[in-house]
Formats: sequence, C-alpha cells, structure tokens
Amino acid sequence: MDQLIVKTMADYMAEGKQPEILFWVGSAGSYDDRAKKITRAFVKLLNKAQVEFAVLGTEESCTGDVAKRAGNEFLFQMQAMMNIELLNGYEVKRIVTACPHSYNTLKNEYPALGGQYQVQHHTEYIEELIQAGRLKIETSSKLNGKRITFHDPCYLGRANEVYEAPRNLLRTLGVDLVEMKRHKQTALCCGAGGAQMFKEPEKGDKDINVLRTEDALKTEPSIIATGCPYCNTMMTDGVKAKEKEGAVQVMDVAELLANAEDL
Amino acid sequence: MNYIPNILFAAALVLGIGYFVKNVKKLVRNIKLGQDVDVSDHKDQRWQNMIRIALGQGKMVRRPVAGILHIIVYLGFIIINIEVLEIILDGLTGQHRLFSFMGGFYGFLIGSFEVLALLVFVSVVIFWIRRNVIKLQRFWKPEMTSWPKNDGNFILYFEMVLMTLFLVMNATDMHLQEMQSGNVISQFITPLFSGMSEGTLHLVERSAWWLHILGILVFLNYLYYSKHLHILLAFPNTYFGKIKPKGEFNNLEAVTNEVKMMMDPDADPFAMPEEGVEEEVPAKFGASDVQDLSWVQLLNAYTCTECGRCTSECPANLTGKQLSPRKIMMDTRDRLEEVGKNMDANNGEFKDDGKQLLGDYISHEEIWACTTCNACVEACPVSIDPLSIILEMRRYLVMEQSAAPMELNNMMSNIENNGAPWPYNQMDRLNWVDEK
Repeated sequence: MDQLIVKTMADYMAEGKQPEILFWVGSAGSYDDRAKKITRAFVKLLNKAQVEFAVLGTEESCTGDVAKRAGNEFLFQMQAMMNIELLNGYEVKRIVTACPHSYNTLKNEYPALGGQYQVQHHTEYIEELIQAGRLKIETSSKLNGKRITFHDPCYLGRANEVYEAPRNLLRTLGVDLVEMKRHKQTALCCGAGGAQMFKEPEKGDKDINVLRTEDALKTEPSIIATGCPYCNTMMTDGVKAKEKEGAVQVMDVAELLANAEDL
Repeated sequence: MNYIPNILFAAALVLGIGYFVKNVKKLVRNIKLGQDVDVSDHKDQRWQNMIRIALGQGKMVRRPVAGILHIIVYLGFIIINIEVLEIILDGLTGQHRLFSFMGGFYGFLIGSFEVLALLVFVSVVIFWIRRNVIKLQRFWKPEMTSWPKNDGNFILYFEMVLMTLFLVMNATDMHLQEMQSGNVISQFITPLFSGMSEGTLHLVERSAWWLHILGILVFLNYLYYSKHLHILLAFPNTYFGKIKPKGEFNNLEAVTNEVKMMMDPDADPFAMPEEGVEEEVPAKFGASDVQDLSWVQLLNAYTCTECGRCTSECPANLTGKQLSPRKIMMDTRDRLEEVGKNMDANNGEFKDDGKQLLGDYISHEEIWACTTCNACVEACPVSIDPLSIILEMRRYLVMEQSAAPMELNNMMSNIENNGAPWPYNQMDRLNWVDEK
C-alpha cells in the first residue's frame, strides 16, 4: 500500500460528513523525518481497517505542550485557544494521536480552556480496532519470538497510566516481550520531555538517553519499541552512541504492526 | 510533699506541649504565607488517598526493605502511644500502672508493646546501618551533609534511647515483674539488675520512667526543627496532594484572561473593570520566592522527610546533573524558615532581605535540567510534588524575566511564527502523505 488515503477535516466538511476520529498528527509527526514514518505506519493501519479519519493538515498547529513545560504559559494558551477554536468549529469529538505529549495536553489541559474531547493514544485506538474485529493482526513470522522491550513514554505511562495498550499490541504479534528493570511507573525518561528536546542538556556525567538505552540493551533485545516520536529519536541516538545500530532497531508500536502486516 | 512529683510532671507536660503548640502556630503561619489554592474538590478521593498513602503506608512498600522496616517503626509509634497515655495518667494522678486492672488483657498489651519496642529498636539499628555503614547512595548526596545528615541520625538515636528506656523501665518494675504477664522481652533484661537492692531498683525504674516521658516531650518539640515533622504532616499532605493526572499542569487563569483579551477582536483593552469587580491580575507570573508558591507546595516542603526516593529516580540526577528534587523541597523549606524568622524579628512583617528562593537557593541550572517526567512525584511516599515548584520557577524565568535558555527562545519563536517548535512552514504540514 504505497498510496495513503488521507482526508482533512475541511474535506469532510465539504462533504457534509463527520469522520469517526480526528488523527492529531502533531508537529514531530508532521515534520521530523523519523516521526513521519510513524505517522505513515499508523495511517496504513487506519486505511487497512477502513477507518474514516481526518487530519487537520495545514490547519493543525503545535498543541503548545513544549511551551507550557518550558514555562511559557502565554504561548501555550494562545496555541491552545487557536486549536480549540478550530476543533470546536469542526465539532470534533474524538481525537487519536501518536504523540503522548499531544495526547496529554489535548486530554488534560485543553478542557480548562474550553476544549472537551475524547482523546486516545494510537496504541489504545488500535487495540480498540482489533477488539472490534475491524483490524486483524496475525502473529507475524518476522517478529515471532523476537526479543522486544517496550520503553514507556513518561507522558503516556506515568502521566496518564496507559501501560497495557502498547504491551497488549506487542503480545498480539507473538513477540517475546522483555521488561527493563525500570518500567511502567518507574520507567526512566528518554531525556526529551519538558522541552529538553530543543536544548542541550545541562552538564552531567552522561546523557539521559544513553542511560535509558543502556537499560534497554541490558534486556538484549533485537528491537526497542516505543510509543512516542521523541522517545524514538532519543533511543535511536542512544543506540547509535552505544554503536549497536547494526543489532538493535528502535521502532514505534504502530510501525511494528504495519510491518508485520506488510503494509 | 507527696504531690511534688505530680506537680513537676504536670509542669513538664504543660511546658512540653505548650512550646510545641507555639511552634505549630508558627508552622501554620508560615504555610499560610503561600498563595491560596482551592482544594475543596474530590473529598472522597482525598480521604481515600490519605487513608491509603499515609495511614496505610501504601507507597512505602514499593521499596520492600525500607518499607517494611518503616511500617514496624510506624506501628510501634502509634501503638506504644497507648502506653504513653497510661504514663501520662500515672504521672498526673500519682498512680502506678493505672491500666493494670485489666488483668490478662493488660498483660497482652504490655507484651505487644515490648515486642514492638524490640522490633522498633532493631529496625532503627538497621536504618542506622543503611545510612552510616552501607552508605546507601541516596543518603550521601551533596544536599545530605551537616544538619540534614545529623538530623537523620539524631532521630534514630532518639528512638533507640526511648525504646531502651521503655524496656528498662519494665525490667526494673517489680510490680510488673511480679505479675509475670506481658513482660515478654523485659524479663530477659531483669537479670542485669539482679544484684541491686530494692531501693536502687526503684530508683532505676523511676529514672527510666521519667527519662522516657521527658524524652518523648523533647522529641515532640524536636519535630518542628526536624525532617521528622513528616509523622504529622504526611496526613494533611496526602489529603491535599495532587489528584489530577500527573501530566496535567495547572492552568494559569490570569493568563487565560489576558490571552482571551488579546484574541477577542471586540475586547476593549482600555476598558475599566466593572465597578465592584476586582481585577485579578497577579503581582507576578510564576514563582521566584516562597510567597509566590501555593500553601500546598509549602506544606509539601515541611512534609519532606528527605528520604531521597525522588532524587534516586530523577533522570537528571541519575546522569550527574545538579538537579535533585529533594534539594528543591529542602531549599523551599529552608527559605520559608528564613522568611519566618525574618518576620519574627520584625513584629510579624517580612522585611526585604535581598534574597529569594530562586537564585539564592535554587539555581537556574537545576530548574532547566528537569525533563518533567514525574518520576519524583511518582516516587514520593507522601504525595509531594517537586515538579510543580520547578514549573512555577520556569514560568517566572520565562514570563517575568525572559530568561529562558537561548535554544528554548528559538523553539518558542518558531511556535509563534510557524505553529511548530521547528522552523518549518505550516503549509508543509501534510507533506508526509506523499513522502516514502
């Protein structure tokens, strides 16, 4: 499936229809070369399940998560209010996103500013599609029995207590899911949250992503799975720093599912 | 003449409790220096949290060794207080072992106290060994020198001495020994005193009794000056602790009003506020000193017992950066104490001392090293939220002083101009559809 079927909210509006969900792509998912692959993988799954989804396209703007966490409440609220005006204008009810930072902000921080939506992480939504029988994921020969460890994104796990959905999807693939010593509530940050993605780290002994990659490598995985574009970048860099890029891949759960299905 | 001990006891009690009450008032005043915050919501959830986390020690056992030892000391503390009640009544009335009329049940009670006292003693010794011999990393961080380090040990010595006095008191109490019930531990200490005359024994017993109760009164008053205050504040702190999802950062309503004004084309920026309606514009955005924080955050600071579970989970700290969430809480408390003393010295008014929490206690470097991952919040056994203080300080740095690191300023201007933290055109947001 080379050609993706992607419609915008404006397209649906023109047809006088409402999509089932709005897919919030997020800034990383739109612009970052690595994250764009995750975006495409998720869309392939949506296409396969024949989900009527929309994106905002060029109308989407940064949720403001990084601005808020950097302390710029003004900028955050301006972004939030613009986005809310747009979303409410389209009468959006359900939002799915592959970025835990967007997820957290849309779900928890927009309501106080007038934006009430049902928000899901893409792993939660895919799990729902599978349970509803709309998407079938076979145990893949490519991944069967492979050692995979899942790195919990802080803003999905600790911040919102979504621990099982990504793991359930990995189990569906028949992989050998191994846990790092620090996982779920005690997972170590990849080092990119709280606006750290956009600055050099403070002086220290080592970079956080390297420490986290060491956690992951101790499980001797062939794949490190993530559910966040930032984590993906940080872990990929960590694997490079440990010179393991030949042996260990870093993949989003959506990519693993799409690959397994040869999408 | 027979009343002298009773009078002395009553005086000690009044003095001990009176001084404590005086300090508690100071404590409450200091906490109230914080900004008001509405915590009247979700009462059921809050009670549940308090019962589960503080009363039930729900988060302590996440680290089983420290957790179980802590539970023993905690139970010992609570249950042995029944004995303290008897001691107080004995002291005031001049009776001896007032509750012994309960017979067998009294024996059972004393037995439980003695077993607990021994268990507490052993636990406390293990705590001491963990701190001073094994030197667990989290007790040897830069912020854990001088007073914080000594404070930790003083508390342990206090408990060792109090438990010893309790057992010696029972061991030399002929009345209790003759009852031959309940003295399950102290009977093994009794032989140590076998050569002594009845008079000496009585003297030892009375000394242990007095030192025990005076020790408790001193310890009570030590609390205010010590991290040990958590034994009281853990309860309100878990009640008032954050109940929203950890990822949800509070909304600054003052900003909302301004942003609405900016975005509303019909708004009149020069409009006077309606009469009688007070305009809510805060003195400043974010926090640079303790008075800018909320009173819950200040309560957090007094509740912190410096266990360092937060710091030992903090990714920044684990990778050698300056940030330590525990230090954030300790600094907040130290500064608050300083402000309180300043007020005491100036008839209750705070006189500007040219210092503030941000800069003089907490450095910019610490503030910017945080990844907002919430590991510290998750790790805290008593619902302290160091992250919220870090965020308020970032807000102050960014919104009041425009003092964000350069790269973050670039990121923020990208968001303003392009709607993304990267310098890409918003019109390119859908390019991923056609790329491979």
